[in-house]
Amino acid sequence: MKNRPSHAVIAGIGQTEFSKESGRSEQQLAAECIKMALDDAGIAAADVDGVVTFTLDNSDDVSTMRSLGFDQLNYISRLPHGGGASVATLAHAQAAILSGTSEVVVIWRAMNERSQYRFGQPQQQIPVNASGSTFAEWCMPFGAQSPASWEGVVAQRYMHQYGATNEDFGSVSVTLRKHAATNPNAWFYEKPITIEDHQASRWVVAPAIRLLDCCQESDGGVAIIVTTPERAKDLKQTPVYLRGAVQRLPFEHEIISDYYYADDITRQDIYSTTAKDLKEQSGIAPQETQVAMIYDNFTPQIFSQLEGYGYCGVGEAKDYIKDGHLELDGSSPLSPNGGHIGEGYIHGLNLMTEGIRQVRGSAANQVKNVDSVFLGAGVGGAIIAKGLD
Amino acid sequence: MKRMDPVRTVDNAFFWDAAEAERLDIQACEACDVLWHPPRPMCPKCHSTELTPRTMSGKGKLYSWSMPIHPPAWGFEEPPIVALIDLDEGVRLVSNLVGVDPESITNDMPVTVGFAETPKSKVPFFTAADSGGSE
Ligand SMILES: [Zn+2]
Repeated sequence: MKNRPSHAVIAGIGQTEFSKESGRSEQQLAAECIKMALDDAGIAAADVDGVVTFTLDNSDDVSTMRSLGFDQLNYISRLPHGGGASVATLAHAQAAILSGTSEVVVIWRAMNERSQYRFGQPQQQIPVNASGSTFAEWCMPFGAQSPASWEGVVAQRYMHQYGATNEDFGSVSVTLRKHAATNPNAWFYEKPITIEDHQASRWVVAPAIRLLDCCQESDGGVAIIVTTPERAKDLKQTPVYLRGAVQRLPFEHEIISDYYYADDITRQDIYSTTAKDLKEQSGIAPQETQVAMIYDNFTPQIFSQLEGYGYCGVGEAKDYIKDGHLELDGSSPLSPNGGHIGEGYIHGLNLMTEGIRQVRGSAANQVKNVDSVFLGAGVGGAIIAKGLD
Repeated sequence: MKRMDPVRTVDNAFFWDAAEAERLDIQACEACDVLWHPPRPMCPKCHSTELTPRTMSGKGKLYSWSMPIHPPAWGFEEPPIVALIDLDEGVRLVSNLVGVDPESITNDMPVTVGFAETPKSKVPFFTAADSGGSE
């Protein structure tokens, strides 16, 4: 039996263009981005023996295997909770690698979420017991039928308790659009906005979320290759170490919210326990990294995550952002690629690849002296780094 | 234009049966004297499957709210107020706040239940406690 590796490493990344109409199938986008990631790593497709993805898309193990010619899969994992599980895929890939079950694991997401369907629109059908979650069943007859409407009730309570305003939330969009403006891969390349633009955009869900508080809907595919340090020695890229990875589901948690459970829904323990466990695994807390890649589906989510992950105290996010910490030259630059709001919304995967590029030193908006990066999204988190110290 | 019908499952049917009779029932574990919502087949405290509906007072407070404006919500002619209601008995549910101007909504305002028709069923909604419970 082979020695079990001490760590998993990221050896390759690939992505298609991000657009509003890809003009090809989601299965083709998946095949293309995985092929690009394998080429980036220098690994033959036949050597892939594990795949990890997450719900709410339409390409799977069988379809990717059929197009790419994986020889045999020994580990197939599909996480619940949609994009909230994007970073948690690393915890599953890590489990496959550290257990010796797999040597080359592919993580991907490929969607035509703008041209083929409108991901953020109200849903007309109620999914019964969908993905192990019943909350839609209890929301839809009341007009809470879209991700923004589910987020809106959490954000309104936050505004009430901490005196935050929609204009405060807008500071996140202004920052991310500024970052996107100098990233040629971003949909909003060279298109920064002002807070006045934000305040002039129409309400999606009053009083918390305007159009410019929302992520984009995008077409595109993104893939990541995870392998062993031993295997990575002979590959094309300097490996990026996965220092810690967490998947997390507290009692009564559901998509986006803890409506039914937490006495105070503005305090999301899911984030603080994730940060604590990452510190224990890696020795690095999220705010001790040099770049924060945090899931921006709606701007209020950045507030609750900054507070939950420990970047600032509860209720302090608006001042933390005003103090410039999230700027490219700040203490914890937020999504230098522009995030889902500025670059594109490939359901968390394009934030993860940006974090990997920041560690490699190859990002469009490269932050100086990056040793480690925090990846945070919903039901998972990870610390990636140049090395092991 | 009417709200969507609620989805009935084996485990939630009692809730909608009660709503159709204009009662707000929440699942209770009598052994633990605990209410659970959304309903489930087993009490997570004692693991009893002997769970029974308990009729609520219909009184509570508005914990939080939001108003989906664009794109419009299905089943509503005007943007609805989506509300998280904390019942006096200690359970939170998603519903609507009806008959209150958005400008005059305040968090934690007292509310009381009413019932609205859907094509095949009824769903609970809430109004300001002093307004008498009509839609
Ligand atoms: Zn019990």
